[in-house]
Order: sequence, then structure tokens, then C-alpha cells
Amino acid sequence: MTELLQQLINGLSLGAIYALIALGYTMVYGVLRFINFAHSDVFMVGAYAGYFLGPKLGAGSIGGGVLTLAGAMAVCAVLGVVIEKLAYRPLRGRSNLTVLITAIGVSLLLQNTGQKIKAVGANPRAFQFPGPDGMTRGLFPETQLHFRSLTISSNQVIVLVVAVVLLAALWWIVHRTRIGTAMRAMSFNATASSLVGINNDAVISFTFALGSALAGAGGVLYAMNYPSIDPLMGTLPGLKAFVAAVLGGIGNLPGAALGGLLIGLVETLVSGTRVSTYRDAIAFAILILILMFRPAGLLGKLRVEKV
Amino acid sequence: MVLPKSQLWLVVVLLVAGGVSAFSGRIDPYVLDVAMGVGIAITQASSLNLINGFTGQFSLGHAGFMAVGAYSSAMLTTTLGPKLGVSTAVLQWVLFPASLLLGGLVAALAGLAVGAPSLRLKGDYLAIVTLGFGEIIKVILQNVDAVGGARGLVGIPDYTNLFWTFSVAAVTVYVVWGLLNSTYGRGFLAVADDEVAAEAMGLNTTRYKITAFVVGSFFAGVAGGLYAHLKGYLNPGGFDFNKSIEIVVMVILGGMGRHVGVIIAAIVLVVLNETLRSFGEYRMILYSLLLIVLMLTRPQGLFTWTRRKPSAA
Amino acid sequence: MSTLLQLDNVTIRFGGLTAVSSVSATVNEGELVGLIGPNGAGKTTVFNMVTGVYQPTEGRIAFGGQPTAGLKPFEITERGISRTFQNIRLFPSLSVFDNVRVAFHLHLKHDSVHSLTRGPKFHREEVDLRDRTLELLRIFNLERVQDEPAKSLSYGDQRRLEIIRALATGPKLLLLDEPAAGMNPAEKLELMKLIQFIREKFQLAILLVEHDMKVVMGICQRIHVLEYGRKIAEGTPAEIRSNPAVIAAYLGSAAEGKS
Repeated sequence: MTELLQQLINGLSLGAIYALIALGYTMVYGVLRFINFAHSDVFMVGAYAGYFLGPKLGAGSIGGGVLTLAGAMAVCAVLGVVIEKLAYRPLRGRSNLTVLITAIGVSLLLQNTGQKIKAVGANPRAFQFPGPDGMTRGLFPETQLHFRSLTISSNQVIVLVVAVVLLAALWWIVHRTRIGTAMRAMSFNATASSLVGINNDAVISFTFALGSALAGAGGVLYAMNYPSIDPLMGTLPGLKAFVAAVLGGIGNLPGAALGGLLIGLVETLVSGTRVSTYRDAIAFAILILILMFRPAGLLGKLRVEKV
Repeated sequence: MVLPKSQLWLVVVLLVAGGVSAFSGRIDPYVLDVAMGVGIAITQASSLNLINGFTGQFSLGHAGFMAVGAYSSAMLTTTLGPKLGVSTAVLQWVLFPASLLLGGLVAALAGLAVGAPSLRLKGDYLAIVTLGFGEIIKVILQNVDAVGGARGLVGIPDYTNLFWTFSVAAVTVYVVWGLLNSTYGRGFLAVADDEVAAEAMGLNTTRYKITAFVVGSFFAGVAGGLYAHLKGYLNPGGFDFNKSIEIVVMVILGGMGRHVGVIIAAIVLVVLNETLRSFGEYRMILYSLLLIVLMLTRPQGLFTWTRRKPSAA
Repeated sequence: MSTLLQLDNVTIRFGGLTAVSSVSATVNEGELVGLIGPNGAGKTTVFNMVTGVYQPTEGRIAFGGQPTAGLKPFEITERGISRTFQNIRLFPSLSVFDNVRVAFHLHLKHDSVHSLTRGPKFHREEVDLRDRTLELLRIFNLERVQDEPAKSLSYGDQRRLEIIRALATGPKLLLLDEPAAGMNPAEKLELMKLIQFIREKFQLAILLVEHDMKVVMGICQRIHVLEYGRKIAEGTPAEIRSNPAVIAAYLGSAAEGKS
């Protein structure tokens, strides 16, 4: 029982990270109807941004950790907007496939450029920071909290808190601000939204900034809990987060969050069993099952093609 | 009986492949290796072209089917080969083609298993399910000790030669071409153009899509068998998502649903890959930049000068 | 004259919305029947149920005496119902020739295997189909553009090509969904002639959804009128013209349209 509870907590904190990444996929899909394959590499860049910003912004304290997190989010937001401007915007109106392939190109570019930059390199780096005493330490101060026989690391709590705060902020932006309303309008009907005076390009840029910032936060949190980073680290979490987005119903924000949590939970639970080596296949098996039986995802609405 | 022109072409290519192959001892081993890579790439690209290009079903799991074929075929030659006690020549000219056929059939079965339930999904969804399937195959292969697990399968005999690679490529191209150039075959294009209208015109669209998927998977599997017996070892990681992308890129650069364009794209990309090797570590960066620039400037494909010609059968 | 298509109390609901409610109607062999009604009355939905795109929630549809419930669209086409679409749905990248040829596929005896062996039988059949395709195109004066991709045709030619394509499947019943949409008066006149010509030449029944009253009244033998998913009238053009319910429905919708 304790074992199960422990796994649930681990799963939740992993799932929260997937949820943050999944939101970026789902938001971009909502406004542009395409899979931004480079999103998983924005996540990777987020982790590296945290790695390089950490020492300058005072990693190791709560304030420094929060600053680093915010810094990484800002870096990713800018990166997201730049990618959209340079690679995707010129393709507006072209077939989905063209954009998808371009996205794959951007993804490969980020991964391979990362490997060739000296400061990044192809080898994994520990996501830890030098402390004043010469010892290394994590991004945030770390302790273990004990409740009876349950052990929760402070990092897991931080992941959950950050995720909840960011989700709340996102909800507020999408439902309570002008730009958020414009995003929702555009995801219903992009042509109509431009006709009523919404600047679709601005909305798209904003969506990329928002989604990429969340991926950046996800990258830092992921790196913090699995304290090792490398240029290819984004691929697998990225794919799983995408699966989470589809599972929840692509284009649907609460769906992406729910999907992320579910994938994280299932994956953690499977890790604790005999078939743990199949962990990475589980997400895809779930995806295939979901698409067979509920192609619109858990919370999504099926778009029926009008005949 | 006089063969139709298209079949004459096929025979000519097979004869030339056999003839050149007989002298392969005099060809520079590096050139030979690249040439065989080209043959395999043509098979992969043409078979995926049937699915992605002509039938308009976006599959991102072609490497998965290739892996299925590669492992099936390699398992047959490595386990059965030594027990037969016959000469290498017999193994290469009898057992090997049988193993390729087996690899193709197992891959086709896998294609049926994946395609039948998932082909009602459209566009991006299908892409992601096939991608997921490819990843699952990889994870399974990594976990099955009988095929070497994550270490990979080693000691596969090097039966692949110029004749086999180009014969398979020629047969693949012929089959894809033949399927499409008939009244029946125009159905594939109709499905790609407008599924609802195709269904309304009496076309069993599901059947067309599955046919494309199964035939495409079959040849991916055969290509996998060739690859296994060319490299001599197999590693599940070699059949990942990036491998699928590589094949997709050939199809797109070739102009999605063009026979000759896709063949040229396959050749160019293999050769380009080799050329970029001299750039060493920057190869992949250049490759990805090239991809982006091409999509921005020539999304209709690199090798498309004329529009698709209507054909009289 | 025997009944070809029969709808018995057909109802379809999408979620809570009842799009078509308990509609009964018939089309006899060789008959030209109109289906009219204001926007959103459920005309195209009826088409979609007849052609198997939607399955009715309640009620029964029979074609040639056989129920069509559970049949996929392509199976219904095999039985002899063919259609055009409100928003033209040709195969845009295929040539005009191939658009028609592919619809002849139903009469094929060959399949994938024959496409590969390409024997003499295959060739005879392909030549035969080519001749029949060209003949159809010639009847409708489209053979001059047979090699053009369908999307490059003018709007009117695309409409005609869609009808030719539907004819190539060899239907007993042809469903035309607003064929006159977007046409000018001269083209409409042309179209009316064309529809009557098709009916005589190919000996088939036609069910016509149309907005344009002149077209419907001018050529249909019988007319069914839908409003809000219900059938409010049925009769000859003369009867329909003087039917108070129909007048109310049309004037009412016109008045709503203005406000």
C-alpha cells in the first residue's frame, strides 16, 4: 500500500512535467493544426538554459531557483517565437506535411547544433551547481520529507507546486485576457477570427511563446529530478508528452494536463513491475488503444468532416 | 508470348543488375557499399511512396517494418543456415531470397496488424500511431534476448550483393508502378485526393489503404533483410524514428507520389550523406539545415519538373 | 412504375439536435423528384443518410426493396446510388479522364494482381474502359480537356464533371446536391436541359436537392418539401406552388433572413 502510494507520488511529479510539455503541443495544434516536432528540443534547451543561468542567478536557494526557472522560461519563449518566425511562418497556408517536415528539420538542427557547441557537447552533464563550500548542490535546496513510511523529496513538491502555479497562470491567460480569448477564437476558426480583426500572426507568436515557456519550465524541472542533461534528452519525454496531448484530446488544454498526469502515473507504475524495461513502449501502447476506441482523446471533441 | 513493355524493362534491369554484380569484385569496395545502400534506399523510398505519396496516408513508422523484416530474415539465415550443411553459394542464392521473402511477409503481417485498426485515423493521428508503433517495435527488440536484445544481433552472413539490392529495388518500383497504372490503381490516388468522394464513387477506401500499407510494409521488410545481410549486424536503435524520417524525407524531396523523382531523391540523399561525411561532425547540422531550406523553397519536391501525367494503361 | 427508393419514418439525431424527423418519401424508377426546403431544413442530411454517410437513428431506408441499413457508402454505390456534392468534391489532382475512369472501377473484373501481371485480359478491359470513359466525356463535351487536372477546370465544367463521374458508376438513382448553386440564369437553363437529357439517355431516376425554384419547378415531376427536418408537403410542382404550408415556410424564412 505504501509502495503504491509512493509510486503514485513519483508518478504525479513525472506526470506534471509531461503535462507542462503536452500543453505546448496542444496549444500550437489548437491554433495552427500541426505537430510542432521541435517542441521536445525547446524542452531540452530549457534544461540547458537552466544549467547555464543557474550559477549566475543564485542556484541553490529558493529565490535563485525561481529566478533560474523564470530565466529558462524566458529563453525558451524567445526561442519558440524565433523558430515560428523563421521556419513556420513562411509556410503558412502550405500543406501540413511541409510544416511537419520543417519542424523535424528544426528539431534535428537543435539537437545536432547542441552536440557541436563546446559548452554543451554531446556528453551528458550533471544538472548540479557548485556551492560556496565547493560541494555541488541542486537548483533548489533539497531535503527529504517523511510521512510515516512515505518519502517525498522537496524537488517533487517543487515540481508539483510549479506545475500547479503555471497551469493556473495559463488558465487565467487563456480565459481572462484579451489575447487568451483571441487564442480560443482562433482555435475555433482561424479565418473567422482574422475577419473580426484578430491579428492571427500575433496570436500565433504569443502561443509559441507561451507553449515554449512551459516546455522550458518542464525542461528545468525534468533536469532537476533526473539530474543529467544531454542534447538528445528531449526526444523521449517529448514523444510521451505528445502522446499525453493526444490522449487528452489534442487542442484541449485540460486534456493535455490530464493526459500528462496519466502517462506519468502509468509509466511510474509500470517501472515498479517485472516488465519495467518496456516502460518506454507503454505510452505508445496507450496511445494506440486510445486512438482505436476514442480517437478524439479523453476530453476532445471529434471534428466530423462535413459532407 | 511478348511481354508488356513495362515487364520488359523489369527483365532488362534484372539482367543488368546480374551482369554488373558478376563483376563486383573489380569495383572499389567503398563504391560497391554505397551502391548497395542506394539500392536499399530506392526500395525503402518507393515502398513508402506507395503509402505516403500515392495513397496519402502519412506513415512515420517505416523503419519499424524494416526492423521486423531485418530481424526475421536474419534469424532465418543465422539459425537455419549453418544447420543445412550446404555450400555458401546455395545459401546465398536459395536460402537468402527465401529469408528476404520471409522478412517481407512478416513485415506485411505487421503492416496488416497496425494498418487495419489505425488507418481510419487521419493525417497527423495516423503519423503518430505509426511512429508509436515503430518505437514499440524497437523497445520489444531491445528486450528479447533471443534476437540479441539491446546489444543487437551479430554474425549475420554478408549475402547481400548488387544483384539482390537492385533486383529488389526494380521489383519494388515495378510493383508500385504497376499497381498504380491501371483503372484499379487510380483508386489509390483518388483516396489520397478525397476520401469521402472516393467512397461515394464506390471505392472501398479502407481496402485501398490497407493494400497500400501491407504492400509498402512488405517491401520495407525485404529492404530490412537486405540491410541486415549487408551490415552483418543489427541494432534495435538503428531502426528508430530518425530512420523513418530519413525515408520520409526521400519521399517528400522526390515529390510525393512521383516514381522517378523519389528514386532520384533516394540516390541523391544516400550519396549526399556520404559526401557530407567529409564534414564529419557537422554532417547532421548541414542535413537538417538543408531540410529546412528545401521545405521553405521547394515544398513540392526537388525533382518535379512535369506534372503527373495521365496514363493510358 | 415500381418504387426504387423508400424512406420510412427516417429520423436522425446529432446529440440533442434532431436534424431530420420522421421523414417518409419515395422515388420511383425513372422518376425525377425534387427535394426542397429552406436552409438547414435537412436536405443534405437526407442525402447523406441515403448514401450511407450517416446512419439514421430511427426508421428505415430501402433501395430496390432491400434495406440499406449498415451499408458503407461504397456498398450503397455498388447497389446503384450515386451522388454529387454540394461543395464540388472531385479528385482535384487527377486528370479529368482519370476522375471518370476511377468511377468505372465498379465494373472492373480485374484487381491488384492483374495490374501486376498485365496480361491480355487486363489490357482488353483497360481499353474497353478507356473507350467508355472517352464516350462519356464526349457526350458532355469534356473530352477536349481530358488530360487537364480536374482542379484547373472552370466552375461549370467541374459541376458537369462531377455529374459525369457519378454516371460512370452506372447508377439507377442519381442524387444531385444543389447542382445549380453558383450558376447564372443561362447556365441554369443549360443545366435543366442537361438533367432531363441524362434522365432519358441513361434511363435513371434522379433526386434533386435544389434552392432555385425555377429549376425545381421546371423539371421535377414530384417534389418533397422539408422544413426544420420535417416533411411539410409533397406533390406535383403545381400543387406545391399553391400549398399554403410551403408558402409560409418560404416567406417565413425569407422574412427571418431579412431581420
